[in-house]
Amino acid sequence: MAMQQPATTSWLHRVTDSDVWWSFKSSPTTVAAALATLFIFLMAFLAPLLAPHTPFDPATLSLSDGLKPPVLISSDGEWTFPLGTDDQGRDVLSSIMYGTRLSLIVGFASVIVAMLIGITLGLVSGYFGGVVDAVIMRVADVQLTFPAILVALLIDGVVRGIISVQRHDEIAIFVIVGAIGLSFWVQYARTVRGSVLVEKNKEYVQAARVIGLSPVLIMVRHVLPNVTGPVLVIATINLGLAIITEATLSFLGVGLPSTEPSLGTLIRLGNEVLQSGDWWITVFPGITLAALVLAVNLLGDWLRDALNPKLR
Amino acid sequence: MIAFILRRLLQSIAVLLAVGLVAFSLFRYVGDPINAMVGQDTSMEDRALLREKLGLNDSPPVQFLRFVSNAARGNFGLSYRTSEPVGRMIFERVPATLELAFCAAIFVLFVGVPMGVYTGLYPKHWSSRLLQTVSLLGVSLPPFLLGILLILVFAVMLHWLPSFGRGQTVQIGWWTTNFLTISGLKALILPSITLGLFQLTLIMRLVRSEMLEVMRTDYIKFGRARGLSNRAINFGHALKNTLVPVITVMGLQLGTLIAFAIVTETVFAWPGVGQLFLQSVQFSDIPVMAAYLLLIALLFVVINLIVDLLYFVVDPRLRSQGGAARVAGH
Repeated sequence: MAMQQPATTSWLHRVTDSDVWWSFKSSPTTVAAALATLFIFLMAFLAPLLAPHTPFDPATLSLSDGLKPPVLISSDGEWTFPLGTDDQGRDVLSSIMYGTRLSLIVGFASVIVAMLIGITLGLVSGYFGGVVDAVIMRVADVQLTFPAILVALLIDGVVRGIISVQRHDEIAIFVIVGAIGLSFWVQYARTVRGSVLVEKNKEYVQAARVIGLSPVLIMVRHVLPNVTGPVLVIATINLGLAIITEATLSFLGVGLPSTEPSLGTLIRLGNEVLQSGDWWITVFPGITLAALVLAVNLLGDWLRDALNPKLR
Repeated sequence: MIAFILRRLLQSIAVLLAVGLVAFSLFRYVGDPINAMVGQDTSMEDRALLREKLGLNDSPPVQFLRFVSNAARGNFGLSYRTSEPVGRMIFERVPATLELAFCAAIFVLFVGVPMGVYTGLYPKHWSSRLLQTVSLLGVSLPPFLLGILLILVFAVMLHWLPSFGRGQTVQIGWWTTNFLTISGLKALILPSITLGLFQLTLIMRLVRSEMLEVMRTDYIKFGRARGLSNRAINFGHALKNTLVPVITVMGLQLGTLIAFAIVTETVFAWPGVGQLFLQSVQFSDIPVMAAYLLLIALLFVVINLIVDLLYFVVDPRLRSQGGAARVAGH
């Protein structure tokens, strides 16, 4: 234990002494964005502990609780439903907490899928070059002109053509993660390929090749660490985009089903009763989505500037 | 310049063929076209006969060639969902989408560019800072949410504008237009803002940073020394030199615009091509999806060609020999 203590403090010191920490501290907007992100993440992932109701357990719902307005706005509201209820009597606040959790899970999962595909193809493309490189990069060029939502819609439509409707609802979350992941890989592949092209002719890589390391090992252990920074930046910026894409797809009715609603699904369900003026069912999930995306985007912008010495 | 355009045309045809191959694979290999056409009680012999008659037993390259030549004549087969000819279904909805996109573009250019010029000329003024902050919010607000909020405020609460559909339209030949009736024009306002706001903030930020850059250059100082009016300097000289990147970005944003059009048309129940595409995705209506894909690819190719030609219009330096090489650098 005595040995470990200095190790932790020096690690902490390394963080607090670094340029990145300094630029974080000196930007109030970034600190606010980080706090907001942390708050939303905690609210979402602790939903089973914190949420006042379990909105998608039909046994706890009562239709007589339906369409209660938010408590601060109307005297019809009740304190057990601080942000009101929807037409089925589900608590809006609890729905938002569970919905944000799903949105975040889908967002993170699809960023990871995109990262894995992109990094692999980028490494392969840069390291082997030739025809493989040409094919991968042309596919990337074509895909880059098509927006992510369109690609994800196409993938979803094709999957619907292959499997039946009930099966589709069961695996909807995997379809959507795969679709968003497949539509975001290009940026990673290009970045990784670029730095592989730079690194692969350097002496240390040649030395690794001479001592007989396999190409896979060289790429993963020696080339990959060089691109951690840029990949991290792309991942943060893509997280915001992935959350928006998922919300948009769910809103369009091709994302998560209403039995497992994400923020986008909640907004779609609320939109269906919007004409009658029950605005809180739509507006509160909407505000949560916008705040989450704004906070994540601000963090991504800051990270891009902080990790890129050229911009300073 | 002619050689440049010819090369661009050849590349465009290659891109179209590649997208055509994707569309053809979708068409041919996702689901069984025969199943989509006949009822459950059709016998195996009849199915085989139909398969032979439709040429589904030919080799894939032959089928692909037939698909391409049919597509070139606007023949995309029948929709699985409505059994109507896909070409006509899309054709009928094109005017609605084009008029919406046109209004959004007008909104972006005539509001976004002046806002960019203003914030670029007076970067320290409080109103510029306010616009900058608001534009950051505009980028973070997904278009479907913006559309819903606009509907809530202007349709549900204030009852000023309609929340869905095109209103009354007037038929001119095969083209249906919104521009000739009051209700049609009112119906255009909210969808155009929804579709355009993201691009507007983007263009505003771009023009602003370009203006900041240009205002520092020598020829602006010389222009002032010559005694030119502020108006002539700001709009005649400075703005003109910000146009090349603006045109590039507008061209690149086409994809986003198409995706946002799908969303906007869904939010406002706008009977356009994007809404048709979404319905076809929900029903896995492969012929419509394939046709839409080809239509988008064609649009990309045409717009990119126009963007390349516009460079020659706004930048006289490119009109000389070898100008094409420099275009690539932008």
